[in-house]
Amino acid sequence: MTAPAAGVPERLTALVQALRSHGVRIGTGETVDAGLAVEALGLTDREHLREGLAAALLHSEGQRAVFDPVFELYFPRSVGAPQDTRHEPGARRAWRDSDTADLRERLAAALAANDQELLDQLAAEAVDGLGGYGTANGAGGSGGSGGSGPSDRSDGWSSHQTLARLRPETLLARILAGIRAGATVDDEFTDRLQADEIRRRIQAFRERVATEARRRVAERRGTDEIARRAIAPTADRVDFLIAGRAQLDELRRAVQPLARKLATRLASRRRRAARGRIDLRRTLRGSLSTGGVPMRPVLRRRRPARPELVLLCDVSGSVAGFANFTMLLVQALHDQFSKVRVFAFVNRVDEVTDLIGRDAAGPEGLSARILSAAAVTGWHGSSDYGTSLGEFAERYADAVGPRSTVFVLGDARTNMSDPNTGALRDIAARARKVYWLNPERRALWDTGDSAADTYAEIVEMHECRNAQQLSALIARLLPV
Amino acid sequence: MTSGYFTSVDDVSARLAATGYLASPAVATTVFLADRLGKPLLVEGPAGVGKTELAKAVAEVAGATLVRLQCYEGVDESRALYEWNHAKQLLRITAGRDESWDETRTDIFSEEFLLPRPLLTAIRGSDPKVLLIDETDKADVEVEGLLLEVLSDFQVTVPELGTISATRRPFTVLTSNASRELSEALRRRCLFLHIGFPEEELERRIVRLKVPGLDEALAQAVVRVVGALRAMDLRKVPSVAETIDWARTLLALGAGTLDEEVVRDTLGVVLKHQEDVLKAAAKLDLDAV
Repeated sequence: MTAPAAGVPERLTALVQALRSHGVRIGTGETVDAGLAVEALGLTDREHLREGLAAALLHSEGQRAVFDPVFELYFPRSVGAPQDTRHEPGARRAWRDSDTADLRERLAAALAANDQELLDQLAAEAVDGLGGYGTANGAGGSGGSGGSGPSDRSDGWSSHQTLARLRPETLLARILAGIRAGATVDDEFTDRLQADEIRRRIQAFRERVATEARRRVAERRGTDEIARRAIAPTADRVDFLIAGRAQLDELRRAVQPLARKLATRLASRRRRAARGRIDLRRTLRGSLSTGGVPMRPVLRRRRPARPELVLLCDVSGSVAGFANFTMLLVQALHDQFSKVRVFAFVNRVDEVTDLIGRDAAGPEGLSARILSAAAVTGWHGSSDYGTSLGEFAERYADAVGPRSTVFVLGDARTNMSDPNTGALRDIAARARKVYWLNPERRALWDTGDSAADTYAEIVEMHECRNAQQLSALIARLLPV
Repeated sequence: MTSGYFTSVDDVSARLAATGYLASPAVATTVFLADRLGKPLLVEGPAGVGKTELAKAVAEVAGATLVRLQCYEGVDESRALYEWNHAKQLLRITAGRDESWDETRTDIFSEEFLLPRPLLTAIRGSDPKVLLIDETDKADVEVEGLLLEVLSDFQVTVPELGTISATRRPFTVLTSNASRELSEALRRRCLFLHIGFPEEELERRIVRLKVPGLDEALAQAVVRVVGALRAMDLRKVPSVAETIDWARTLLALGAGTLDEEVVRDTLGVVLKHQEDVLKAAAKLDLDAV
């Protein structure tokens, strides 16, 4: 087929290049190690090869989400169209509706038995039969029965199309019924887990289909290009503004471990800040006993004062994901500070500290809860920074004092209303420090209705597009 | 340079299994590579999945001595590397009153007065050793710098004695719970292995091995329930250690099968937070706890 007949070293370096383009930092030393690993393991067992390369090339578990799909592309399980096991070779024929039904039948059986190898094979068959699109497929796939022509001539393969036609999730009820009918005296208690288990298997099958489709497309268009484009970045590198539901969920699960990490980092910064400064007066006085030679430097003792934190978040639709994540993160860090207060606004300001508190219900419906329980909107639903800042400066003036650090979260898009820089200046004058975290790319600041640069003149503004940037910023900016 | 304990990946699995450590393919492959390439192995993963056990099992298989450095906040060079035995040195000085200073000096800085700590112990001598550096993330950043030198060249410089390098590289395992991000430089020198929760099949075999009295069907049920618990959004998801504890509890209680009552009564063995117990009970359709 069109797969490059390159040697192992070329393939390995191409794999490393692709990983690098996804932000995995791999040095030459690791690449050499990977080569040694291939030599030690041989190419006979693909599973061993995968684990060996992962061990040599990766440095953290998060990178695995990128590594696995890339590995699938450069060291594919098979090449070309799947071997048809049931028909004599060479007899490639058009795909019929009955084939889809037959495939669903076999898929249901394989999912029920959780037969990994068979599932892989079925995914390959499904993509081959149902996923092809383009000119070679006659009517462009209308009629729901899939492309017709020999699949080798298809322009591309789509996992989305395959799954839309195969609809594996609709098999759930049938599989469950099948298992229940087959069971004799099954343990009653574990029956209730069955549905979720099957759902997870179906989800895994969907991923198999996506992998297979990527492999087929890569054979046509070149592995390198697909490896760069068609693999989603890890959740902590996805822009907040375009992150989907699943990615935001994943981020939410990462809040606790991330907070723990940041807390350790803060603690060590605090330790370092506590020592280090020399108290000159006491050092000199101490030196009198050693004849004026300062033998023992006396360090200035810091008064242990936990700083206060004020969060002012835009929770309007466009930036809500970013605001929610940051609120949860700061809440998880609350024991590092003497006081954390969180305010939300769209065009009016309200305090939401209690809504995200420890005892409040889970983080799932946070934004819905804020929008319903707090008065954050006035007459209309679009964000208005000027009015909100003004109201905050007026109503919650007592929240900001010389000990508090204020974080403003938002894209600074004022919907063409007055930015009210005076209010922000007020807040900045009263607080110890004000930072603005903007989830937009720096290149977009001050385009359209954004007042980012206007605000940036008054307070320090940082670009904060994804969880990675946010955790780096928080570790650096949070007061100690 | 390689330690050469193993001949192939399958050999690793088989021999580890013989000591009672069932390794997933990922674990076996990485252990084999660490052995072959002579590189340290950095193991990460949630608590209770057998990171420390892995080092012990390898030591047992290889017939090597296990040298363990337990890291904690404040561990330093004199705890990790070596220390001079000051008390003994003083005694030596007082004992030898009549000799010249030069004689005393060369004598008190000899091997006799050196107290080797784990890192130096692991490097000296020619018998096989497994070096376990446990909970590396708990140590301060300065210690990482120390490890860099030791782990890349497997040599230690004692100013008074000269450089001591390993005649035989120890098989090195570093574990971390990821409570602090280890430095990129340290990660670079190691092979990376993440031990996650095992597949259902493997976990069932682990339970059967560790709790031999438990019957097959019950073991399977236990593993499936734990699998379901892990899929929930809990504060602390149960690890393999908890699965085994639960299996032992069930065995001790003489439970033949899992039913609502048994699960409700013993859920505390698997889940360590009250809110988790409540959440899991709700999701598993248990009656009020």
